[in-house]
Amino acid sequence: MQTKPMGHGARGTGHGKRNAPTLFVAVLSVVLFLTAGCGKGLKPLSMVRVWYWMTDREEAFTELAKRYHRAHGVPVRFELYAPSDLYAQKVRAAAQTDGLPDIFGILAEMRDFASFIQAGHILNLTESMDRQTTPPWRDHFFPVALALNTFRPGNVYGVEPGIYGVPIDVMNLQIFYNKRLLAKLGLDPNQPPQTWQEFLAVGKLANAQKVIGFVSGWAELWLIDSFAIDYAIHLMGQKKVESTFAGEMPYTDEDWVKALTIFEQLRDSGLLAQGIVTMGNKQAEQLFANGQAVFAFNGTWGVNVYRGMNPSLDYGVMMPPRIREDRPMATIGGAGSSFMVNAASPKREAAVAFLQWLTADDQQRFLLEATQNIPANQHVAAELSGPLAQFADDMSAVVHQRLFRVQERSVVIEAFDKGIQAILIGEETPRQVVQAVQHLKRHEEARHASLHQEAVHATP
Amino acid sequence: MSATTRSQAIAPYFFILPALLLFAVFSVYSFGLLSYLSLFEWDGISPVKQFVGLGNYWSVIAHDRVFWRSFGQAAQITLMALVFQNSLALLLALAVNRRLRLGAFYRTVFFIPPILSEIVVGLMWAWIYDGNYGIFNELLRAVGLSHLTRSWLAEPATALTAVAIIHMWKGFGWGFVIFLAGLQTIPQELYEAATVDGANAWFRFRDITLPLLLPVCVVVSVLTILGTMQIFALIMATTQGGPGFYTEVPITRIMASMLGSSRLGYACSQGIVFGLILLTVSLAQLRLTRKTRAA
Repeated sequence: MQTKPMGHGARGTGHGKRNAPTLFVAVLSVVLFLTAGCGKGLKPLSMVRVWYWMTDREEAFTELAKRYHRAHGVPVRFELYAPSDLYAQKVRAAAQTDGLPDIFGILAEMRDFASFIQAGHILNLTESMDRQTTPPWRDHFFPVALALNTFRPGNVYGVEPGIYGVPIDVMNLQIFYNKRLLAKLGLDPNQPPQTWQEFLAVGKLANAQKVIGFVSGWAELWLIDSFAIDYAIHLMGQKKVESTFAGEMPYTDEDWVKALTIFEQLRDSGLLAQGIVTMGNKQAEQLFANGQAVFAFNGTWGVNVYRGMNPSLDYGVMMPPRIREDRPMATIGGAGSSFMVNAASPKREAAVAFLQWLTADDQQRFLLEATQNIPANQHVAAELSGPLAQFADDMSAVVHQRLFRVQERSVVIEAFDKGIQAILIGEETPRQVVQAVQHLKRHEEARHASLHQEAVHATP
Repeated sequence: MSATTRSQAIAPYFFILPALLLFAVFSVYSFGLLSYLSLFEWDGISPVKQFVGLGNYWSVIAHDRVFWRSFGQAAQITLMALVFQNSLALLLALAVNRRLRLGAFYRTVFFIPPILSEIVVGLMWAWIYDGNYGIFNELLRAVGLSHLTRSWLAEPATALTAVAIIHMWKGFGWGFVIFLAGLQTIPQELYEAATVDGANAWFRFRDITLPLLLPVCVVVSVLTILGTMQIFALIMATTQGGPGFYTEVPITRIMASMLGSSRLGYACSQGIVFGLILLTVSLAQLRLTRKTRAA
């Protein structure tokens, strides 16, 4: 008997039957793929989530989260996203998709801080700060640290006045000096240079001994900017600097030329490390920690960094040396890290309660021991010793651009800082830099004025 | 059409559906959103965006000198890569294709740089180039050339070339692998016939290898242009765009607009302008190649 050969029909039927399960698997795969990750995970509903970027605090924060859970029954989860650039991007992206956690920090200028508040992402904490506790929560903090998280009445950003952030630690920027290298250069290790001329003179001595004079992460524009603003305020006063940012005084004013001339002097003194304009702060910290540089311009976190890299490093800390005898030196500083509460979070109250606990004396003491950062709690900071005590003492001499009535525009700051790099490599003079910066400032002011006019006309 | 035939016709689409969806979400939708946002002045945070139409594009084209400077600098690195990197890749591919001893070893070693992390490569080379303690300067001193020592990444005259060298070191392995694959598709009989006809190595290279390798050369060139113009991680690991603006490239400028200046809309317009230029260059190159082959 002939069997029917496997013709098209028979083959088609067979294939049709085989295709059905395959199709089912394919469709199921697509559905699973699309829906994977849609679940929120098995997080307890009461868990307070905190996003942070400070890699040196991971263990300390994890321990504090456990302690809080034990003491108050509220689970807290710290999520680390580093480096800080990545963290800043993540926070912005989350803000656009309403995905911010209960507590987070923003690494941004005052203008962006205002935008976050106006978009409803940050809770006004004034009421919590002023609640009748003993002492009131706000009294815990260094005034400048709290001021950096505060918008004053009549602020140019149109933000409702109030306190919007909780400082966790404070910082300022000073000059670390290596005592052993100072002695090697024939100088008194306990009497670092106090004046600008004495400071520059170390350059010749360092070159003769083939030692690096001064390091700092001046590839990172914010560091070079801080050094420049320190001296700008010292030379011309804070009011003039503020006036320039507000557009009332031009960058071409002679005081700005003088302020930038210090970089020419630094360059010519031989004090600066080679390649300082493309040196990252990590590399600068390494050079100083390894005892290869006499001076390092760095922040309070340097104490912890140097302790980790070289515990036997013998160093001191000093304010940047004065140029004018009639004016004290100021330094950039204020709140090191601050946390904000998500105004849209259903766990706002729990988040505020956690931050109150985090900034209380015991927890701030723990953070100090674990991370060697100056606590924002000034009562605990008063117990400091060693280099950190000096940093804490100098918090009264601290200034910050965010406290000025107007902040300079980012694109102008960039041109200013890149201009300083150009001075350091001998490509431009201070006068050329201030002219270029002023030209850009005028362009930016005109552009913003035009945008503002268009916005006004568009408003019904 | 029978049900069976229909299901057979539809079945393949289910298998490519995940890839299509991925493409739609991460490419088509993203590009659409990018184009939309480029028409606004927006800081990426405020709930209000201000419509500026083509104002951002006009600013990029007519006023942003730093952006065009960064473009020119990326183009310089690209030109160096097209000439030196790809020539090296081709030479090495020709050498390895001749059935050298340890050919497999060379194939592996030459492919190591491309698979290393760009950040790690950048940090490593930053130490090599370091003006204070770098190995390169030490080598120069050792051979009596101490007058040439400098901070290679921090001086305007050398910074961009130094970065380009790192990029070429990292990138030649890709071209090498693609050229090698291309060389191995050329029939050996052609070379044998040419040898019999009295052609020397140069003529065999010029009249057989190059013409038959032309499609591969186009692929390598297009990939080199697209990859090098988008250089970013290496810049961040070595110079961060400095000294001054001397090693800025388009991606670092877009990042500066987006994060530094909080001008998301403007950053989107920079990205679109940049992308359109790259697309135009790639299409022009493909067209030129087709004409050359036809000729």
